[in-house]
Amino acid sequence: MPLVFAGVCSHAPGITGRAHMADPEVRDSFYAAFRQMGDDLRAAEPDAVVIIAAEHFANFFMNNMPSFAIGMSDSYEGPIEDPSWLGIERRDIPGDRDVSRRFITEVMQHSDVAYAEEWKFDHGIMVPLHFLTPDYDVPVIPVNVNCQGPPLTPLHRAWAFGESIGRACAALPERIAVIGTGGISHWPATPDSGQINEAWDRDFMDRWCRNDRNALLDYDDLTVYTDAGQGGFEIRTFITVAAAAGGASGTVHFLEPIPIFAVSCTVATYDIPVPATSTT
Amino acid sequence: MTLYAVQKFLFELNRSPSLQEQYLADRTGVLEPYDLTGEETDALVEPDIGKLFHLGVNGQILMRFAAFHQIEWQDYLQRMRDGIAEHGPVREGVYAMTTGLDDVVAPVHDPAANTNDSTERTA
Repeated sequence: MPLVFAGVCSHAPGITGRAHMADPEVRDSFYAAFRQMGDDLRAAEPDAVVIIAAEHFANFFMNNMPSFAIGMSDSYEGPIEDPSWLGIERRDIPGDRDVSRRFITEVMQHSDVAYAEEWKFDHGIMVPLHFLTPDYDVPVIPVNVNCQGPPLTPLHRAWAFGESIGRACAALPERIAVIGTGGISHWPATPDSGQINEAWDRDFMDRWCRNDRNALLDYDDLTVYTDAGQGGFEIRTFITVAAAAGGASGTVHFLEPIPIFAVSCTVATYDIPVPATSTT
Repeated sequence: MTLYAVQKFLFELNRSPSLQEQYLADRTGVLEPYDLTGEETDALVEPDIGKLFHLGVNGQILMRFAAFHQIEWQDYLQRMRDGIAEHGPVREGVYAMTTGLDDVVAPVHDPAANTNDSTERTA
């Protein structure tokens, strides 16, 4: 079945961990948009949600770094970070090994991926889930694109991977939602944290909403590093979702810099027709 | 050059509650299997966040290590700045510093202030 929902959102750990340090007015507007995205996601009645996150050395290290990896387990654990620091309690998160296995099998027809039967979630997945599925009642299929350990996944391969994900969703009978998470421009976990290139972010999200492949791939890592910081490498997850959405156009629901959260806080979705639910 | 080993240790520490217990019980002993210089061992034992940042430890890995040590956010940022001030620019890797030592990049919201320039750099 064609994917039933596609969107992107921020995942910065400060969103939950440093909530008390932010201006409550803009913070609460962002939270409302984030939760609305969750309502819309759950209204699409997904059987599983594929979360394409740029993980940050929670599972993969430079001893064996995959360009793409997909989880294949009935259960995951998170957050890996100190729970009081992140502001999210540690817990088990449901997966679906059977759906993951069939999903991975389909993706592999067109993209080479690693699979993992163990996966500890970091803020890249835990922060979005906190807002999108606060009851943790939708099985998750975690996906990683290497945005951290150079050499990084090339952008055009991220696009091709997204196309493979779109095909895989269409091939499965289940209703699959796809969420990409990450920052756009940001300089996380450095003294530069809080530096944001808002103009760059808005231009990127304009390309994302137009789902303009050529424009989305018209970046190189050196320029991204200069203009958008090492955190900007996470555009790979947004590009993957763009390709998975198969040409749909998008809408930005929230895009405002919140420096203490280190990013332009972002909520955006693609306008895709939601297939009717089955009568079974 | 053993930055790889420093990061490998921190990667494993961040993932493993049992290794965290070992580290807290015997910080030097737990580092023995890793190929580290004395400078690196000292920085991991103290812990010297500024030195580790200067050595080029990936910020995501270092951020978790600081959180494990219950180092408050603004203090964590300041320790990295202090490390740069004392030891010089980040030696390698993509997690560097481009702002000035006295820049306030992300002020903490102060509801009592009319301006937006408040900050709490120290814990």
